[in-house]
Amino acid sequence: MHIIENGNVAAALGVMLCRVNVIAAYPITPQTPLTEKLSEYVESGEMKAEYIPVESEHSALAVCIAASSAGGRSFTATSANGLLYMHEQVQWAAGARLPIVMCVVNRAVGAPWNVWNDQQDSISQRDTGWIQIYCADHQQIIDSIIKAYWLAEKVSIPIMVCYDGYILSHTYMPFDVPDQKKVDDFLPPFNPDYALNPHEPANLNTVTLPDVRLDVRGELAHGYMEIRYLLHEEMRKSLTVAAEAEKRFVDIFGRGGDPYIEPYLCDDAEYVAVGLGSLTYQLRVCVDTLRKEGIKAGVMGIRFYRPFPDIALANALKGKKGVIVFEKALSYGYEGALVSDLKSALYEHLAGTGTLPVVQNIIAGIGGRKIRTEDLTQNLRTAIKGQVTYEPVWIGLEI
Amino acid sequence: MGTRNYRRKTSHSEPGPGDGGRTGSWRVERPVLNTSLCIPCKRKAEACFICWLLCPDVVISRTIPPTIDLEYCKGCGICAEECPTKAITMVDESAFSEENEGKE
Repeated sequence: MHIIENGNVAAALGVMLCRVNVIAAYPITPQTPLTEKLSEYVESGEMKAEYIPVESEHSALAVCIAASSAGGRSFTATSANGLLYMHEQVQWAAGARLPIVMCVVNRAVGAPWNVWNDQQDSISQRDTGWIQIYCADHQQIIDSIIKAYWLAEKVSIPIMVCYDGYILSHTYMPFDVPDQKKVDDFLPPFNPDYALNPHEPANLNTVTLPDVRLDVRGELAHGYMEIRYLLHEEMRKSLTVAAEAEKRFVDIFGRGGDPYIEPYLCDDAEYVAVGLGSLTYQLRVCVDTLRKEGIKAGVMGIRFYRPFPDIALANALKGKKGVIVFEKALSYGYEGALVSDLKSALYEHLAGTGTLPVVQNIIAGIGGRKIRTEDLTQNLRTAIKGQVTYEPVWIGLEI
Repeated sequence: MGTRNYRRKTSHSEPGPGDGGRTGSWRVERPVLNTSLCIPCKRKAEACFICWLLCPDVVISRTIPPTIDLEYCKGCGICAEECPTKAITMVDESAFSEENEGKE
């Protein structure tokens, strides 16, 4: 059924369709309308779930960790400082291998206090062991949540579904709400290998020594390092599982395609703009303008940021003259986190082949600073002319 | 043979000896029992057993004489502190390692 609604409602509908058992969240702008909508669904009986109000984001994720450990499908959502406040539990959920799905409605972090959009919040959680998916429109939000539960439960790794605050969360767009029956076909009930059970008592994630050990049954059990190695190994493997998820999704719902990247006019492009989230759709307008000027430009949206689709990106960008990476976040003291990761992938797979593109980093929209399409186009033109800078260029900076 | 085929992906332990790991390696001081001062040893009867009762790691047996499982004793010293006759003393582990080195 096609409807016109905002991005937060798209997310809430996705969560309801996934038959989530437990929702715990604390309100923070611009995520609040999402959890308010879910509480309405639960209150009206439309959705059969436990909605647990909590006093903080740290507790919200702690509730989800407990629910997931007991075999429940759980959901939370947050933004900005709320995400930072739950950071300790974010790491815990990944180490405990719990398939929680969380929406991060991207917003700038304090100080200074700011409620507008950038992506510093989720980018700062890059190394927590969560899969990160970035959405560019409402259809991707609702579809990503459905795919995320399937993937998370398949690989036992939690997933952040990230979408830009206001630009997506509060704007209205048409999108398709899938049939419940199709979602049920795609996503079977959560059936974990182990769920807390009073008749089979166990300690989960208590002090785990540096060394491996013989457990009570005399079997050689992991030490801390083996558990952490497995998280990394299975995170890398989840790229393959994500492709399986995407294929199943396309078969059942008839849309989707590439789980990692979303190219636009990239095949014959000499220059490619790269980014995460809604910015990549704005960049399509710039590319259309440049094409009219005879410049062969394209846009590469990255859907998966962790695990990083390094091979897919290196293959897609091989032999391009230039790659311009736009970011709404940065790793302070160096450059954008995405451009560092991308350069690492290009070096790993293309170094010495004569196909390495020149890479320019552009920072835009920090703390909600307006991103004008003509400014993006002009900065693309400058980079394409070969005026590449050592430090990232900041668009719209008045200093 | 590593842990790859272990049945869990995470830290998962069940009630029972050793599922917290060989915590005896944490020990800095070792409890040593002097049976000539120990009440059940002297009386040759079930008595006292305060060390058995209070050991947080359940590594002291309720036997005559009480035995201490050094595989898991962390060396906290509660038994020595609580023993009414001071029959248990905490001895620096280096004393034992030097002793062992001497034997080798």
